[in-house]
Amino acid sequence: MVTVEFLGPIQKDTVSLEAATLNDVAEFLSTDAELKSWIETCAVAVNDTMVMDLNTTLKDGDKVSLLPPVCGG
Amino acid sequence: MLELFEGPVPVEETLARWYKEEDRSNYGAFIPFIGTIRDEDGIDGLSFDIYEPILNSWYDAWQKKAAASGAILKMAHSKGDVPLHKSSYIAAVFSPKRRVALEMIDEFVEDFKASAPIWKYDLRDGKRIYAEDRSTAIKGSGLLKVNK
Repeated sequence: MVTVEFLGPIQKDTVSLEAATLNDVAEFLSTDAELKSWIETCAVAVNDTMVMDLNTTLKDGDKVSLLPPVCGG
Repeated sequence: MLELFEGPVPVEETLARWYKEEDRSNYGAFIPFIGTIRDEDGIDGLSFDIYEPILNSWYDAWQKKAAASGAILKMAHSKGDVPLHKSSYIAAVFSPKRRVALEMIDEFVEDFKASAPIWKYDLRDGKRIYAEDRSTAIKGSGLLKVNK
């Protein structure tokens, strides 16, 4: 199982799912209408490292984080 | 070192302490940037969420970049609520000569705005409202978008 957490203003609890790649996570999240607009603007981290490739492989216990648009300062 | 404060950043204390920490380090230039919450659009203040693991790795990468130019960075930021006219953010560069520090403070603050995992909210009538229109999508965003 991997966990998916939603950071900052996304008001959503962490979810767990079986996923071999980030692509599986994308497919899973695409069924959630609430997340549609967030998905388009979120960056993604795996185990707190930013990733750019949908083919990134995942293993049991990995943590996927969705980071919506930022504005520090 | 990255410093996070619950509420406003104590500007005078922080700047004085940073100055003291480096006053024998032989840096010729110390350039701080201090961000202050302005009274505009009827807000009562701003509020911040921070994701610390990624903020720390972003900051460590910048510290390495600064070191390659013989410089060091310091940064302080608020968590939670910050009222009007208080500071939520200080960034500073110390370097042997001014040119490195002048250029790096610009680049560092701009990348901070575009990449640091911090989310801003307007405080208005007791509500905390995500400042979506002033926020920037991090590089690589939209990765999980499924094209059907």
